[in-house]
Amino acid sequence: MGKLIIDGIETEAAPSKTVLEVARELGIKIPTLCSHPSLPPYGSCRICVVEAIWKGRSKLHTACTFPAWEGEIRTDSEPVRRLRRNILELMLAEAPEAEDIRALAREFGVEQTRFPVREEKENKKCIMCGLCVRVCQDVVGFAAIGFENRGYRREIAAPFREPSDACTACGACSFVCPTGAIDRRLFAKVEPKPIPSEFDQGTTSRPCIYTPFPQAVPNKPVIDTRNCVYFKNGNCQVCAKVCVPRAVDYEQQDEVLEEEVGAIVVATGFDLFDMKTYGSYGLHRHPDVMSGLDFERLLSASGPTKGEVRRPSDGKVPKRVIFVKCAGSRDAEQGMPYCSKVCCMYSAKHAILYKHRVPDGEALVFYIDVRTAGKDFEEFYKRATDEGVNYVRGKVSKVFRRGDKMVVWGSDTISGRKLEVEADLVVLATAMVPDRSALELARMLKIQHNAHGFFTEAHPKLRPVETATAGFYLAGAAQGPKDIPETVAQASAAASKVLELFSRKELTHDPNVAAVDEDLCSGCGICVDVCPYKARELIERKDGKGWVIKVTEVLCEGCGACSAACPVGACQQANLKDKQIEQMARAGLQD
Amino acid sequence: MSGQFEPKIAGFFCKWCTSAGADLAGTTRLKYPPNVIPVTMFCSSRVDPQYILQAFRDGADGVIIGGCHPGDCHYQAGNYKTMKRIILVKRLMQQMSIDEGRLRLEWISAAEGGKFARIIHEFTEEIRNLGPLQLAQAVAPGHGAKG
Amino acid sequence: MADKLKVDSGSRLRFGFYWAASCGGCEIAVLDVNEKILDVVANADILFWPVAMDTKYEDVRAMPDGHMDVCFFNGSIRNSEAKEIAQLLRKKSKVLVAFGSCAHHGCIPGLANLHNRREVFDTAYHREPSLDDSAGTEPKTKTRVKEGDLSLPEFFDHVFPLDRVVDVDYYLPGCPPPVPLILNAVTAIFEGNLPAKGAVLAPVKALCDECARNKHVAKKMPDIRRTWEIQADPEECFLEQGIICMGPATRAGCETRCINGNSPCTGCLGPTPEVTDQGAKMISALGSILKVDAEKEMSEEETKALLDKVKDPVGTFYMYGLASAIINHRRGK
Repeated sequence: MGKLIIDGIETEAAPSKTVLEVARELGIKIPTLCSHPSLPPYGSCRICVVEAIWKGRSKLHTACTFPAWEGEIRTDSEPVRRLRRNILELMLAEAPEAEDIRALAREFGVEQTRFPVREEKENKKCIMCGLCVRVCQDVVGFAAIGFENRGYRREIAAPFREPSDACTACGACSFVCPTGAIDRRLFAKVEPKPIPSEFDQGTTSRPCIYTPFPQAVPNKPVIDTRNCVYFKNGNCQVCAKVCVPRAVDYEQQDEVLEEEVGAIVVATGFDLFDMKTYGSYGLHRHPDVMSGLDFERLLSASGPTKGEVRRPSDGKVPKRVIFVKCAGSRDAEQGMPYCSKVCCMYSAKHAILYKHRVPDGEALVFYIDVRTAGKDFEEFYKRATDEGVNYVRGKVSKVFRRGDKMVVWGSDTISGRKLEVEADLVVLATAMVPDRSALELARMLKIQHNAHGFFTEAHPKLRPVETATAGFYLAGAAQGPKDIPETVAQASAAASKVLELFSRKELTHDPNVAAVDEDLCSGCGICVDVCPYKARELIERKDGKGWVIKVTEVLCEGCGACSAACPVGACQQANLKDKQIEQMARAGLQD
Repeated sequence: MSGQFEPKIAGFFCKWCTSAGADLAGTTRLKYPPNVIPVTMFCSSRVDPQYILQAFRDGADGVIIGGCHPGDCHYQAGNYKTMKRIILVKRLMQQMSIDEGRLRLEWISAAEGGKFARIIHEFTEEIRNLGPLQLAQAVAPGHGAKG
Repeated sequence: MADKLKVDSGSRLRFGFYWAASCGGCEIAVLDVNEKILDVVANADILFWPVAMDTKYEDVRAMPDGHMDVCFFNGSIRNSEAKEIAQLLRKKSKVLVAFGSCAHHGCIPGLANLHNRREVFDTAYHREPSLDDSAGTEPKTKTRVKEGDLSLPEFFDHVFPLDRVVDVDYYLPGCPPPVPLILNAVTAIFEGNLPAKGAVLAPVKALCDECARNKHVAKKMPDIRRTWEIQADPEECFLEQGIICMGPATRAGCETRCINGNSPCTGCLGPTPEVTDQGAKMISALGSILKVDAEKEMSEEETKALLDKVKDPVGTFYMYGLASAIINHRRGK
């Protein structure tokens, strides 16, 4: 195999690849417009043109289609630059309004075109490279758009220039277009349906293949099979084409993994109260009323606005933000009777961060009480007030829109006045409730929970991370509202409890297991299905005297249902025999 | 209060739900009448109907059984067995002219300390209204009860 | 107390039989022993047997105390006469055996404990359709006629098993006691081989132990059906066909005589040694296996409706045991 020299860099000739590919591997930049990794080379825009020198003869070729034969390639020689300038001038005449083309042209020193602009062409951004047509046909598989007419009247359009049913507004054409020339309303009857990003609380959209959130474990992308084009019609597969290690596997199925474990730590976390009973607060109805979690995303540098505080309705920087605490907490009638514990501190944090981002903005907090029981908490609250956050003691009764403002009706219980305050954004400190899946899990694991669904610990003071069942432990907000340090503390405690359990050589078991008197058992089989643990089986007695029940003691959890079911009293629970129970009750009933 | 009939009530409570609920009623300092004599067992399905009848015979004016809510049984399905047994015992009581209101089955979870206190209060008052059971063994004239 | 029965060699055992409130079936059971009764007669003298011999109470009273070696007493205590004779026979017998379900548990006469004397009299003497009751006559303990005072035994308010009025040494269960159990008992008596006092002379296990239909599998009851509702499969366990069979809660020893006739056990041999209340235990067992695979899906109403098919709990679970149950009579009656 011979040598290929690109811009003086020597490499192995590789006829199975294109010059463009080899150049990119060598880090040599060649401009492209109509190239996309999901499609084969097409060579329509010509901008990737390079000079090929072979046997002393020079010829210009498009790098995206020219094989990496042996010889020499110059990507930035004067003939190349000259031709690219000509191509760019032609493009400027074709698409005078394409910003990207203007910018590229400027890079090559082209400011004006000598060619007449095609005035009758409707789309003044399209360079007619055809990438959108190829994507729609070859990748998405719809063929909803195509070239229309010939020669100088040629344009990209939907059939008959009418929006069609064939186009689903998937957006692939817009996505690949190098000049931003696509107006999907000309192609599609339907509005595009962006997939809301779960992590960004639906404030942004996400692709069909995505990493759930920046620190996800494992930090790997997943495919949303409900929306993915491949799972709809078998087309696209762009993600598989662009993935260099070939890691995308559409055949992968959801797997149910069965693991045998010695302990379970239940840490199902929390959800936000849905606020359905607080219709007057306008959450989900007005875009500029949001939950604390939404606001957290809004403040985040990786959030929908890259950390700039801009309200969802019109993208304006809000000049007055009202924080409403106890939205759903401490309200037995409409919400939850308990205190969600974390809202006082995160509302103070939000208010401070908002003031940092918008120094001339005003932060106003409506509160019932400010609860700052925790290390440095009171000082943090003090800092909020020192930095100009205003606190008003009173509940909010109503939030509604007036013009482009949100109006908050509330009371100031200190001055005894009714208040009406206009704001640009309202942030609700919504109550913490257990995760929706927690109840189902509680039933499966038989873990007790309170009326609101928070798991109950074995003892409120002495066994705060254990459940009533040996081997099941609790951590975090699944057990009750708590903040991060408390959650970490409880989770660490749960982990130590697990280690303590695992470090024992032998496990202890409640001694109250069932036993069967073989001389009384008639082998009737009534108790067998009563046992939820399959600890009972019928066996033939060794002496041949009939069938009796055998109890596998380690399986027995000691409920005693078998003992009550046994019609002859052959089955008795150790330390809790029929006679003992009757005696207990009798002793209590005697005067 | 002197002279008022104070019912004696035997209580058979499961360890995981109703007894835990009783503990919660205690730790939250809820008040309820002291008339129930509680016996804790692991599961309401441990309650042999013999205990109920024996408690009546031993002087209980009422018997209350507490278990986990259906679906929440610590032992998966013990409380369903309890439910079936109690329904039959109540039928038996009807035939024996014992007001079936003297036997009560309640599902009280570990979180329902308030419900525990309320049920105990309610049941005690119901039994008080029903009056003493006075369920003596029948004896032949000239003989004391035996056994 | 087997030593109680030590008999001098050469002497013949002295037997007594008595019937109190009973149907006479127990006496027939004695005859069912057939030719083996001749062995008894060959080795024993029967001193008192009202159903077969003309002996008077006066003759018994005249005996020295403990004169009879063994007395078989069948029938329950319904009136003062039964009680008086029970006490008399107790005094005159070394060993008193409660013979049959009536003496053991009260049996069918014991079902009268759902009523009191007043209700029994009203039914028997006034409401009986075939009765011409214009005079409203009722039995009285004392009636004065011109020849003098006539007396009748006092009819008690309730029915009692024998051991509620006298000390009983042994029990021979069953309605009537199965012949093999009678023979075992008699053999034990002759051989001086009786167990400890208070024993029930029957196996300690429940009937399922000797039932051919017990296939030794986890028992499930699919429904509750009355015997006439289905043609019961003669090979299958009754409970698994939905028919209430008292076998699991009833002593073995009868060689499944009812089940052999494709009729479920009704419990006449009474509970096994560890059980106080046969009916309560059967209720518990039934509640355990009834629709055990579907119980979680059933609403409380559905469960109640299902259990409503048990039409007569006392008659079903306490056919023989009401008078000796934990609660042995209807309240306030």
